[in-house]
Amino acid sequence: MSERRSQLFGVMGEFSTPESLLAATKKAREAGYKHVEAYTPFPVEGLSEAVGFKWTAVPLITLMGGVGGGLTGFGLQYWVAAITYPINIGGRPLNSWPAFIPVTFELTVLGASIFAVFGMLALNKLPQPYHPVFNVERFAQASTDKFFLCIEARDPKFDLVETSKFLQSLHAQHVNEVKDEE
Amino acid sequence: MSAGDTPVNSPEIRRLARVLEPGHSYESVTDKIASIVLTRPVSIGWLAGFSIAFTLMMVLMGSIAWLITKGVGIWGINIPIGWGFAIVNFVWWIGIGHAGTLISAILFLLNQQWRTSINRFAEAMTLFAVACAGIFPLIHTGRPWMAYYMFPYPSTMGIWPQFRSPLIWDVFAVSTYGTVSLLFWFVGLLPDLATLRDRAKSRWQQVIFGVLSLGWRGSARHWHRYQSAYLLLAGLATPLVLSVHTVVSFDFAVGIVPGWHTTIFPPYFVAGAIYSGFAMVLTLAIPLRKAYGMEGFITLRHLEQMAKVMLATGLIVAYGYFIEFFMAFYSGNKFDVFLAKQRLHGPYAPFYYALILCNILTPQLLWFKKVRRNIPALFVMSLIINTGMWLERFVIVVISLTRDFMPSAWGRYSPTVWDYATFVGTLGLFTMLIFLFVRGLPAIAISEMRELVHEDSHGSEGHS
Repeated sequence: MSERRSQLFGVMGEFSTPESLLAATKKAREAGYKHVEAYTPFPVEGLSEAVGFKWTAVPLITLMGGVGGGLTGFGLQYWVAAITYPINIGGRPLNSWPAFIPVTFELTVLGASIFAVFGMLALNKLPQPYHPVFNVERFAQASTDKFFLCIEARDPKFDLVETSKFLQSLHAQHVNEVKDEE
Repeated sequence: MSAGDTPVNSPEIRRLARVLEPGHSYESVTDKIASIVLTRPVSIGWLAGFSIAFTLMMVLMGSIAWLITKGVGIWGINIPIGWGFAIVNFVWWIGIGHAGTLISAILFLLNQQWRTSINRFAEAMTLFAVACAGIFPLIHTGRPWMAYYMFPYPSTMGIWPQFRSPLIWDVFAVSTYGTVSLLFWFVGLLPDLATLRDRAKSRWQQVIFGVLSLGWRGSARHWHRYQSAYLLLAGLATPLVLSVHTVVSFDFAVGIVPGWHTTIFPPYFVAGAIYSGFAMVLTLAIPLRKAYGMEGFITLRHLEQMAKVMLATGLIVAYGYFIEFFMAFYSGNKFDVFLAKQRLHGPYAPFYYALILCNILTPQLLWFKKVRRNIPALFVMSLIINTGMWLERFVIVVISLTRDFMPSAWGRYSPTVWDYATFVGTLGLFTMLIFLFVRGLPAIAISEMRELVHEDSHGSEGHS
């Protein structure tokens, strides 16, 4: 699309333990970097707070899915049994709500689960087959046993040379430029 | 567990309590589990097992084709026994699935480390068992191509399902259960699919796992939302799994048939489901760990814990049997008393005694640590319990239906070859899917194993 063949996405440092990555991430934030992302092969406690991520909407989305599912479930049954297709059986009440609880419950769980999963994927912007970090060859280890810290080029404090030096000062094992190829 | 003279922190206790063999690193657990999918050549044993399972699966296809051609008359069912094998098998299969959800959701919420290496294939087992279960009510309707009548949709005939019927609750419960199990399983797989994508050597593996992993890159923000969603799913699946077998038991308990119309049914069905499910997990885990050298991941501790769960749920089931009898006599209802006596002396009494032997008497051996740590004994025990749980459903369905209120409505039930063929066929389908699963996807959750390695290396393990 653009004339530039590739542009800089950021600089990435590699660490071999979750502790060293966590410490480095905290230092990077203290040094004033804002657009920082850490990549790990398993969830590391405290890391999302360290990159400056505080709040996720997943529980709220799940709640909405659950409430929506439950209301749909009960509403559907009420509408069918009492309004559109009423059947009088010995004068029993049409809105026999206790009998509607199982389906209401199931649809509550179904709605909440679907919203939880697809909400999580949507917030994570997945599926996303291409991302610049995949251009770093060593990044394949991020799903096995290596821990990466990426300081992104859009950060106001970013400077290729300075930031690379900074990462080296945090004892990153390999420091690589991350190219975004368009 | 009483330690006796042994101090709690002695090396012996620590060794026995291990959920992971010592000496593993992030790399080694990843390598070991991923290599089964990515690099290991197809063995003769796998091929032989798969072929047998595939053949049995074809028996299922043949039986269903013949059923659709001729109708449900090819089975042994008739009035008064309209349910027969189809419903027995349905309840049995759906019950087996419950252990997978219990392991993946309830033990996750209870922070039980030993669930980690067995949850993935237990969840797969759930999915496959639900698939087998779902076949039965569908083909039992007689006209499976009309099955969509059970769903509420605006039809030109202006009719709607009867939402006060447990059979409709069942449609919602089982389809919700299948969907949520699939979502839970896929979310758990996501990071592992990314691992396989990154380690895949051949182009087609890279493409398949690349597509399936949705571009997962394990960023801290991703993990945060992921963990949030996973925890919520576990919290949602927990009441769901209890509700599913409760609703299945309502299929019986809401009817006024003697032997069915009891309030003990929901809890006792749920306990029975978990009981048979853990038995099936053992039936699968024992050969799996042997065939793929997974003894370091699925340790003796796992097998022992599962044996303990079986013992506990087995006792709840025994309590259920006892209360059924007690309530029949305590109520003084002559039909209930008669049915209880029919179980002991009626034409199907041998099935009832076999059930007591399989489900109550034999599992008492699990009180002994020697038995819980004896792998062949556990394997045999798991098969016995699975048989017992199948017999339980047979006793419930058949004895009550053959002996209801009026002698003129009594009957007998004997299954035909097509009943057996369909049942054996679903065993084939289930086994075939398990065979495909262990070679096609990581049978143990790799990212969770890495977490376990991390915790293990920091000495925080040991809270059992």
